[in-house]
Amino acid sequence: MHEWALAEGVMRTALQVKDQEGLKNITAIRIRVGELQQIDLEVFEFGLKALFQTRPECFKNTTIEFEKEEAMLTCRVCGKSWAYRDTLSHLDRETSESIHFLPETVHVYVRCPECQSPDFEITKGRSLWIEWIRGEK
Amino acid sequence: MDPRLEIIPHRVENVSQVIAVAGGKGGIGKSTVSATLALILAQSGYRVGLLDLDFCGPSDHVILGIKDIAPIEDKGLIPPEIHGIRFMSIVYFAKDQPSPLRGVDISNALIELFTITRWEVLDYLIIDMPPGMGDATLDVVRFIPKIRFLILTTPSKVAVETVRKLVFMLKELKIPILGIIENMKSAESPLVSSLVHEMEVPYLGAIAFDSTLERAIGDSKTLLRTNFTKDLKKIVTTHLVSNK
Repeated sequence: MHEWALAEGVMRTALQVKDQEGLKNITAIRIRVGELQQIDLEVFEFGLKALFQTRPECFKNTTIEFEKEEAMLTCRVCGKSWAYRDTLSHLDRETSESIHFLPETVHVYVRCPECQSPDFEITKGRSLWIEWIRGEK
Repeated sequence: MDPRLEIIPHRVENVSQVIAVAGGKGGIGKSTVSATLALILAQSGYRVGLLDLDFCGPSDHVILGIKDIAPIEDKGLIPPEIHGIRFMSIVYFAKDQPSPLRGVDISNALIELFTITRWEVLDYLIIDMPPGMGDATLDVVRFIPKIRFLILTTPSKVAVETVRKLVFMLKELKIPILGIIENMKSAESPLVSSLVHEMEVPYLGAIAFDSTLERAIGDSKTLLRTNFTKDLKKIVTTHLVSNK
């Protein structure tokens, strides 16, 4: 249920935008979901909708759109770029869980497939990002 | 928009006091003071959390002899309680392996930990800061609204010079400083007194160099009986607990 904490962040951000923009309610939210954190979208969406129900005046019929983003890593030493999913099959469940909770631990467990360096950059697909929030004035 | 940023202030809204133990230099006793401070406060009946933010060299778990525990997953992560302290650290996720993190990763990991950790109601949250005054310091100052700094130094010229810069920066950022503790004191030295005078920061007291301290590392009961702890407890009782 770690997804719940992130869902709470989305709801609070939406409420902040509603107040800042003087919106009556929130009609739609688009969220980019980075692959690295391995968010369980079903759990996340369930949590978000449950949280919306605590503020029905702000989130009545709010639609949630997801856009999945592949996680890519680029080695700072040799320049090799690779997809995180190519590494995923080599990781055990516990390791994968650690990266789920704290994506930066990818530097603990994953190495560049070319030069074995831990010094790589997460170029995309780290975690959640709110693309936009729409509402009615 | 990063959905994590909006939630962080709410994660500490039921924490009465957030104290960051910092000192700029490595090896001046920040982790030992942080962990022992948390122990002293817990022993005094306060609800205490301890967060080890030294991602590249976490050691609070070593000092307190903490192993084989993990946070509880419940709408986030609830830090496990041990020795009366709710403890959170990167070691739950990185185990005993090195964490080679650059600045941007340190920032992201710090934001993530603050986002997912449910401290709930605490009297004190003690944050063990990493050496330096870079990403972690700038981030806690940015994200934790009621943070105050407890500055640690040793009587060494090298440590004092770095503390001077840290104090200067915190003052510039208008971050409250509880005061300076002189750690590992072995003789009278004018260095720290001239620093506190120059920087107009309260001098909270000294902790004498304790040659037996190393033997107490890893055993919280023995740690509480050291002269190191006695000296720190005196400072806590005089300046911190009454400073609520």
